Amino acid sequence: MPAHLIPTEALFGAWVAVGLTLFIFSFLYKDNPLFKIGEHLYVGISVGYTVVIVWYTVFIRLVWEEIKKGNYEPVIPVIIGLLILTRFIPKIAWLSRIAFAFVVGFGSGVAIPRTISSYILKQIEDTVNPLVTMGSGSFFQLANPQSGMNTVVVLIGVVSVLFYFFFSIEHTGAANTIARTGIYFLMIGFGAAFGYTVMSRMSLLIGRFRDLQTYAGGEYAYATAVLLSATIVTLALWEILGRRGTRLE
Amino acid sequence: MILVSIFLVLLFQGAASAAPSALGPPEGFRALDTPNDGGKSLSVVWNRSADERPERKIQVWMAASQGDFKKVAEFPSNSRYIKPGDFPWWSEPAAKGNHYAKIASSQAFPIEDGRSYAVKLVIREGDQESSSDVSHAVSEPNWFNTAQVNNLVFVLAFTAVLLASIRAARLNPLVYLRRIAGLDAVEEAIGRSTEMGRPILYLTGSGDMGDVPTIAATVILGEVAKKVAHYDTTLKIPHRDPIVMAVCQEIVKEAYIEAGRPDAYKEDCNFFITSDQFSYTAAVDGIMLREKPAANFFMGSYYAESLLLTETGAGTGAIQIAGTDSDHQLPFFVTTCDYTLIGEELYAASAYLSREPVLVGTLRGQDFGKAFIMAVLVFGTALATLGVVMQTEMVHYALDLFKDFK
Repeated sequence: MPAHLIPTEALFGAWVAVGLTLFIFSFLYKDNPLFKIGEHLYVGISVGYTVVIVWYTVFIRLVWEEIKKGNYEPVIPVIIGLLILTRFIPKIAWLSRIAFAFVVGFGSGVAIPRTISSYILKQIEDTVNPLVTMGSGSFFQLANPQSGMNTVVVLIGVVSVLFYFFFSIEHTGAANTIARTGIYFLMIGFGAAFGYTVMSRMSLLIGRFRDLQTYAGGEYAYATAVLLSATIVTLALWEILGRRGTRLE
Repeated sequence: MILVSIFLVLLFQGAASAAPSALGPPEGFRALDTPNDGGKSLSVVWNRSADERPERKIQVWMAASQGDFKKVAEFPSNSRYIKPGDFPWWSEPAAKGNHYAKIASSQAFPIEDGRSYAVKLVIREGDQESSSDVSHAVSEPNWFNTAQVNNLVFVLAFTAVLLASIRAARLNPLVYLRRIAGLDAVEEAIGRSTEMGRPILYLTGSGDMGDVPTIAATVILGEVAKKVAHYDTTLKIPHRDPIVMAVCQEIVKEAYIEAGRPDAYKEDCNFFITSDQFSYTAAVDGIMLREKPAANFFMGSYYAESLLLTETGAGTGAIQIAGTDSDHQLPFFVTTCDYTLIGEELYAASAYLSREPVLVGTLRGQDFGKAFIMAVLVFGTALATLGVVMQTEMVHYALDLFKDFK
């Protein structure tokens, strides 16, 4: 094999990656058969992949190998799991509720202390700070998270947002002013989160474009150019056939 | 001459104070089982002394009951102090300002639960060395984390408030609930779908049944399904978690029975797509484009798929109602959906829709909880400020009650 040529499997992988990327991007035009191919492949492969992963990591590693070692503890969750399958047998379908009760009960039991810890105690801990700090730093030193000014802003923000979520009192008069303040804080927070997330999505998009650029080279047999042309031609043909009323969906 | 004598005396005194003082054994040393842990570790505590400095090292030596001592840790003598916030006052292994070090099991020195270990401290500085008495301790996992007693007290107190509120709501069902625009629109969305003869798409989010938003989404689904049953509209609920799907099947079936329309219930209205995030998203986008539902509900917890779903839904002209407490996804819902239930509104939705005394009472109880938290925030800030101004640590007895200790 000449030194400048890449292995066949890498070449095949590049063509598949470019093709599926372009098929999914074709959704930007409208729903079309190429997008459907990409979508159905994606769903099918992900389900198959998940089944294999669950089979090996859960059933083989956590259950079968443990039982072979003489550890029969995994039998209990296996029985609970099998109870869910009784839904397919109407006469004993009620047994599946035992499994659901276990799942929901366990989930709630784990979630409640965690919620109190993360959403109440941790929130209080981080909000309650002294308005004055001894030593360096002044009240108005905004760069210092511990400054009194920041503490006041955070306190007003948390209290007003919390007040907005009062449901059993009417938001009129002073209550309305506090709730409106809470809404402003929420919107500022949403704006910051929006900008931050859009920036991270842009970096993902740039990553896809870089891949397309990489695979556009001669060593990958001009995958991007060839498949982009093929995609455009296919979409054009599909559109023309559609206008003539002879398109196959 | 007198001045020279005074100078020499001062010089020698200064030299004497700069020289390392004789090493004494560490006072108050004891080994103990690490409090509130899962086992396989021991801890050591000892008193603070006046002449601690970085050059003076503390070594922890441990031995199994019949074995030789082995060095397991070393650190400067002026480190490992117990600071405010490290432990709650009701669960401190030693007083604040003293030393505390945790020795976890390692490959070099494995610590087994239920076995006694001998522990001693060695202080070293230059050529000098001093050793403490040997202390014995047994490691064991703890069933109860005493540092989180405040968490338990919160759960019990809130439970009591909720039960009282539910009782009050049963006695007086006409509890005021403020209007939430997104929930007023539920009826409108279902009616619109019925008029247009198109299905309603309901998503329960990306969480499993252990997530509180998913539980809330399934409860709201029950209320939506009742209204859908009345209108005899098609309901489609694609899933990415099989357990959530099975729970939703039960909920929708019950809702149709309660609405008096068990005949209209279709077993396949709940269906599984895949557990993979983006392939699920692609499939739901496809459903939106091909079946063109007139109303889309996005309830529960969401991740990066939120905008991909709601933007496609907006493109099809569907009325969209979202509800989530996933704060990073809320901006996308706010910009692309007609109505958004923000955070707590998601939990209020089921009470608002059903007006059942139990749920309405719970909502009122939550309001009492929020009022209490607001009061704690304001008074806590005042107390913390007072503590700094008066240079007292007494305020921590109150503030520790509202801290999250692990």
